Amino acid sequence: MGLSPLLLPALVLIPFVGGLLAWYSERLSLTWPRWIGLLSMAATCAIALWIWGHAEVPAIVPDARAPHWILEYKLSWIPRWGVSFHFGIDGLGLLMVLLTGVLGVLSVACSWREIQQYVGFFHLNLLWNLAGVMGVFMALDLFLFFVLWEVMLVPMYFLIALWGHSSTAGAKRGHSRVYAATKFFIFTQSAGLLMLVAMLALVWLHQQATGQWSFNYHDLLYTPLTHAQEYALMLAFFVAFAVKLPVVPLHPWLPDAHSQAPTAGSVDLAGILLKTGAYGLLRFVLPLFPHASRDFAPIAIGLGVFGILYGAKLALVQTDIKRLVAYTSVSHMGFVLLGIYAGSTIALEGALILMLAHGLATGGLFILCGELYERLHTRELGQMGGLARRAPHYATAVMFFALASLGLPGLGNFVGEFLVLVGAFPLRPWMTMVAALGLILAAVYSLYIVQKVLHGPPADARPVEDLTARERLMIGAIIVSLLVLGLFPQPVLDLARGPLTQIGEWYAHGVPPP
Amino acid sequence: MTPQTALHGVVLLPLLSAAILLLWRGVPRAMVTFLGVGSVTAAALLTAVLGAQWLNASAPLAVTQVLWNWVQLESFTPRIALTLDGLSLTMLGVITGVGALIHAYASGYMRDEPRYRQFFAYMNLFVAMMLVLVLADNLLLLYLGWEGVGLCSYLLIGFYNEDPANDAAARKAFITTRVGDTAFAIGLFLIYRELNTIDIAVILDAAPRVWAGDSRMPTIVALLLLGGAVGKSAQLPLQAWLPDAMAGPTPVSALIHAATMVTAGVYLIARLHGIYLLAPEALAVVGWIGALTLLLAGGAALAQNDIKRVLAYSTMSQIGYMFLALGCGAWGAAIFHLMTHAFFKALLFLASGSVILACHHEQDIFKMGGLRRKLPLAFASFVVGGAALAALPIVTAGFWSKEAILSAAWGGGHRLWWLMGTVCAFLTGLYTFRLIFIVFFGGEKAHAHDADIHRMRVPLGVLMALSLGGALITQPLHGVLPEFMVEAGSHGPELIAVAAGLAGIALAWFWYGQGAAVAPAETPLRRWARSGWGFDALYDALLVRPLYTLARINRTDIIDRMYGALVLGLLGAHRSVLKLQTGQLRWYAAGIALGAVVLLGASQWA
Repeated sequence: MGLSPLLLPALVLIPFVGGLLAWYSERLSLTWPRWIGLLSMAATCAIALWIWGHAEVPAIVPDARAPHWILEYKLSWIPRWGVSFHFGIDGLGLLMVLLTGVLGVLSVACSWREIQQYVGFFHLNLLWNLAGVMGVFMALDLFLFFVLWEVMLVPMYFLIALWGHSSTAGAKRGHSRVYAATKFFIFTQSAGLLMLVAMLALVWLHQQATGQWSFNYHDLLYTPLTHAQEYALMLAFFVAFAVKLPVVPLHPWLPDAHSQAPTAGSVDLAGILLKTGAYGLLRFVLPLFPHASRDFAPIAIGLGVFGILYGAKLALVQTDIKRLVAYTSVSHMGFVLLGIYAGSTIALEGALILMLAHGLATGGLFILCGELYERLHTRELGQMGGLARRAPHYATAVMFFALASLGLPGLGNFVGEFLVLVGAFPLRPWMTMVAALGLILAAVYSLYIVQKVLHGPPADARPVEDLTARERLMIGAIIVSLLVLGLFPQPVLDLARGPLTQIGEWYAHGVPPP
Repeated sequence: MTPQTALHGVVLLPLLSAAILLLWRGVPRAMVTFLGVGSVTAAALLTAVLGAQWLNASAPLAVTQVLWNWVQLESFTPRIALTLDGLSLTMLGVITGVGALIHAYASGYMRDEPRYRQFFAYMNLFVAMMLVLVLADNLLLLYLGWEGVGLCSYLLIGFYNEDPANDAAARKAFITTRVGDTAFAIGLFLIYRELNTIDIAVILDAAPRVWAGDSRMPTIVALLLLGGAVGKSAQLPLQAWLPDAMAGPTPVSALIHAATMVTAGVYLIARLHGIYLLAPEALAVVGWIGALTLLLAGGAALAQNDIKRVLAYSTMSQIGYMFLALGCGAWGAAIFHLMTHAFFKALLFLASGSVILACHHEQDIFKMGGLRRKLPLAFASFVVGGAALAALPIVTAGFWSKEAILSAAWGGGHRLWWLMGTVCAFLTGLYTFRLIFIVFFGGEKAHAHDADIHRMRVPLGVLMALSLGGALITQPLHGVLPEFMVEAGSHGPELIAVAAGLAGIALAWFWYGQGAAVAPAETPLRRWARSGWGFDALYDALLVRPLYTLARINRTDIIDRMYGALVLGLLGAHRSVLKLQTGQLRWYAAGIALGAVVLLGASQWA
């Protein structure tokens, strides 16, 4: 049986409609929205796996001239401007969609007990956010991409502003969840505006050259640009995605947003939303502006390496556990940036694996932070300790994710980081060596978490509820995924090899004319 | 069942046992003992069977069992594959054999431990990872084992993690070795860039061709790999973690921090000897590191009061001998000493465990004394192990292996290294028997009672036999490591080395033969030596504190502050502009007039 292209819009529509249903079903009972959310996201996972199972992944690298899609769907929308509902999925997009589905399921599941207010509206926002992300990973029309980019942001603002909690660290400085949400919104929105302007400029330049209005990725890929034009547009796109990734110095929204967001929001932010930045760089910045990107590479790599060390260094001295984990994300995403701009197939594959593994491992850590907060009502590291004795299952899980985060071989993060470094080393030996110092700092901050939370004398003698069956199921699933990714990464590498090799080729030699 | 098809069984047995023990929380204690000790013993038996087959069949050809392809990207194709050759077989024998004995001992030593299950889970996992390390056919898989043993070392050093000091020791061990591991990783990237492979056999084959006539690149690679080796093997300058690692339970010290993991650096260099042969300068650095470490550690061992810290510094010093041997190109002698050292140092650690248990967890040797009547088996073990450590001639295994190293140093023309090794032989005799006399002679101070059970006595007996006769075991290293040829010279240097060791023992007898009533007076020199020559303070001042100070200064993230300043600036501007809106007509009129003047002026200017 062949694959129906309708599966692509379905991936967006299921969470979208699911969100509406969840909102309405709140009147029936508070459990309904949760189940609707869970089933919608499970359905997207199933679809993504179905596509993977039936996809014909070309064994060899596809012709470097045109991108190759496993599935493509196109429906005219505003013909006058060449805008259409145009979705396409390749190995790269499929893996991102699958990650979104899996973390979507986990986001719903981890909110089961935490969210008790406006349950329906919460799930509406969560699912719409996920629908937007799904769309972003598949959109091949720049206008559609921008719309979905916005769809992704607004619900996230509400998730933080309405269901977030005020961190103790934040409260001291007079910060609140609304402050964090607003900060997040202003950063991403202004960057998005920059991208919109650049997008319109690109479309206009394309119209000037060909006489045809089009927002289609396939058309814009071959837009003739002068070097100055290319560089300026590249820079605007880069900034938009760099805010998301985030690249130091565009990161300050992230620790606030992460620490103030509800658990599902943190999982969603760290696990998926950051990846839209990396995806954007891979899908748009490198292919659309290859020459300018190559000229910009030393700066981008410099920022990436700086981010690895800067994020790790900030993580070392945090006292709020969620803030700490947020800064480790900054550090890990530095590796992703290094991998992307190194541009060899090995480095790109490494960046991809690291994106998946980081999504799972950091998602897992945030889920554990949320559970800890439910039990201890604090996120201050100084008020924890001794949990290894008080909640052994919980302790095992924290230890596992800390080890994943420090890049223990056998787990997914190691494969990602190592491939990035192996792939980047021949091209940028000195930068790669500096980046490798991040491995040492990662050990320092990961073991710091373990020591503060698990070891030492118990902060107080009250028993702590260990992981419930629901929590064990979630955490167990993530642990197994990280092990599989760490020991059997080949299917994932094969799935993404075609598109990544092609992106690497374009980045190295420019896109050949059609 | 042949090595090609059953080699993974050696790794799988302890690995599966570790997995079961980790996941099955309600497992009965007897089952823990059965799985924990049984799996390693079974691995030792399997090693014996496979080793015998391999030796009969194909020596000295290496046999590889491929399990699956780990990553396949362009020419980066590490597999999960295990290789058996003479060197890995030797290591396999040491790890599973000595490992099984230590596990059996530990099942008695740890019998009252509430976290008995976890202890054996970590120990089994350690053995599995160590086996991966020595069996790996490529550097990435070796790195997996390398980090895996580091993890288990961390978990077991910090086993009693209620005490933050133990956790700090564990983290120190992990992070210090991670510094070395990062150098190792960079060396791996460089090897891949230069040789386009990370397969060990292919590297050894390709290196002489690719780097023919160029010693710069192999030197860089060799030094980077050496970084990993000195971290794991606690050699200068990354040695400071090992004494603190004694915070772990004593069987852990015996297994990980004496017999197996700390010798991984020696194994790595021997395994990649082909690269070092192309880089004579790097090989000289290896030898110098060994020579300096053995002296410094030998000196520090003299000033220790903690029974386990004496042994820790002694381990560091003995691994220094192995590095010295590697530096001379005497690969076989290094591995020989690795094996005998595993026997007698495991024996010493286990015996010290019995002493500590008998003295109710007292570790200060000056609070012991006269224990030889109460603890005859521990005393015998200490005498035998100590004799082997001090290289008592002919009758001990330690004599033959140390002799091989020192004569290689002399015969290879490294007279200075020989001298340093000989001086340290004197120190070794001195600190070893200082320990023995203080603990077992003189008046009884502590109220000790023998707490050993049968499971603990058998391993001590076996290890005593191995410490004496272990030198008779021939290692199948022919064809794996190049032979080291020394022309048989005079026996003068040999006799001097022997005399040095005996002199050390004699001096120890002279000073401490009647035990020691009280701890010697504290002097600055003694304090300096006890601290391991102040490396901790040095690194703390040079690295740790600057890092944390810098991080603390920027705790609130200066970049975030800059955006904050931008916001404040905008708000300020907003407020000042707001003030112009006064609602008073004359202000507006004045504003219009002023604006008109400025505009007119500007237009005239142009």
